Amino acid sequence: MIQVENLSKKYARHVAVDNISFSVEKGDIVGFLGPNGAGKTTTMRVLTCFMPPTAGKATVAGFDVFEQSFEVKKRIGYLPETPPLYPEMSVQDYLTFIARLKNVPGDEIKSRTNQVMERCSVADVKSRLISKLSRGYRQRVGLAQAIIHNPDVLILDEPTSGLDPKQITETRDLIKGLSGEHTIILSTHILPEVEAVCRKVIIINRGHLVATDSVEHLKHRGIGNAVQVQVDTAGNGDASTVRQKLEQVPGVSKVVEKVVAEDRLIFEVESLPDRNPRPDVARAIVHAGWNLLELKSTTLSLEEVYLQLTGEAIEPAAVPVNGSIQ
Amino acid sequence: MRNIWTICRRELYSYFVSPVAWVLLTIFAFLSGLFTYIISASFAQASIESQMRGQSFPMNVNEQVIAPLFSNIAVVGLFLIPLISMRLFAEEKRQGTIELLITSPVHDLEIVIGKWLSAVLMYGSLLVVLLIDYSFLFIYGNPDWKPVATGFLGILLQGACLLALGTFISTLTKNQIVAGAVGFAAALVLWILNWTTSFGNSITVRVLNYLSIVSHMDSFSRGVIDSKDLIYYLSMIFLGLFLTARSLESLRWRA
Repeated sequence: MIQVENLSKKYARHVAVDNISFSVEKGDIVGFLGPNGAGKTTTMRVLTCFMPPTAGKATVAGFDVFEQSFEVKKRIGYLPETPPLYPEMSVQDYLTFIARLKNVPGDEIKSRTNQVMERCSVADVKSRLISKLSRGYRQRVGLAQAIIHNPDVLILDEPTSGLDPKQITETRDLIKGLSGEHTIILSTHILPEVEAVCRKVIIINRGHLVATDSVEHLKHRGIGNAVQVQVDTAGNGDASTVRQKLEQVPGVSKVVEKVVAEDRLIFEVESLPDRNPRPDVARAIVHAGWNLLELKSTTLSLEEVYLQLTGEAIEPAAVPVNGSIQ
Repeated sequence: MRNIWTICRRELYSYFVSPVAWVLLTIFAFLSGLFTYIISASFAQASIESQMRGQSFPMNVNEQVIAPLFSNIAVVGLFLIPLISMRLFAEEKRQGTIELLITSPVHDLEIVIGKWLSAVLMYGSLLVVLLIDYSFLFIYGNPDWKPVATGFLGILLQGACLLALGTFISTLTKNQIVAGAVGFAAALVLWILNWTTSFGNSITVRVLNYLSIVSHMDSFSRGVIDSKDLIYYLSMIFLGLFLTARSLESLRWRA
């Protein structure tokens, strides 16, 4: 559905996107992951025909984003980082305008508008002015705007940024509900978001492609292998004995003391890639006669993912950039 | 065509939902009413005096009230027009909605014409107020209607030109105040270009005089549609819209 080949985008002073290639199949839901300034927004702007690429080629549904931008625009729904809203309009008037702008046939405008308002849960504020809406509602109106003409491809730039946790969950559920009918690319700098919503992930950093992979596969590459353990020794041994014990567990690479108090001993246990040390850790603790209070995997921050991904492999340029995501 | 109307309609919505339209209508109603009153009152006084002196000096409403009124209103237009055009693109750029327009299946030219058309209609709604002022002259007097009709056409065309230039200026910045100030300066320069007539009658002076925007109103307010004035207005509109379209296109290369 989306093909990107050797795409570069240079601004006057810096290179925002440098020679990236990837492809997205129809019906996929793909997370576009990277820290701020990685080139996510730039890539999305090229795909939505907002700006032309400096070099390389991108096609959406078989149409070139530069040569046949009009055809591409018809097939794309785009939610920029700040939802493109007119504050002086009411929600219903705004969506009616968008429907007309996106060439929804005249007799369907009313029904489509009502449909997307229901779907994005903004029907209860349909006659309110957009300027009076909360951040969460605005984001959902933005999403309604992107799907009103039932586009083949949805491009969502940080759809959950600035929302509160409840709204984040709602927005993610909404996006998940949209997959299947639409091919979706969403950008984020939050790793759990990708895990929660996407099936595939494209990681870029400083304009370079770092990895394109499925979420499952990415996890097996070592992400999420850190475990947090809380132990109660019941007076039988102190922090250093526990630590020694844990270090002896097969597959464990590193043990870090996090909290050492009289009644609470919390350690972070990192393991070698492709190993799941949790059963062994639990067994070792119980075997020593201690109480295992808690055992949970901790999520690695994006920086740690980068360290793992780049440290484990290869210079960015040597990554198999042409492979489509399986 | 449908897209132009879609864009134009939304712009009109914004003018009339926000205070912009109402403030402009109020200012214009006040100023045009004041001008109509002052000019027609002094005309009435002059006609009474000429009767008392027993002179049958021909008094003409068209020449002594309507024509000067049009040229005064044309100047008021110079001040109000930048206020109409300044928000057209500057506001979209500041709000980020320009990204929506550019990524929607509409052509740049449709966006440009739609926006400009909405500004012209907004300006036209001001002229409706002027029509009310003029209707009093028709109720209490018997002026020739043709110079009034051509005068309206002229003043609308002059507005359309300045709005086209203002639309272009609005694409250059995301700050409405800057767009308004530059638009006002441009309108002022176009206005005072004909002051150069006092420097003689050389080619340069004649060219500058032709470029000046107000000098083209004169024949319209006298009931004459001169092709040289019509061509001036239409080519200025074309120039303004052309520059706007190019500027909008360059936005994506610069963005």
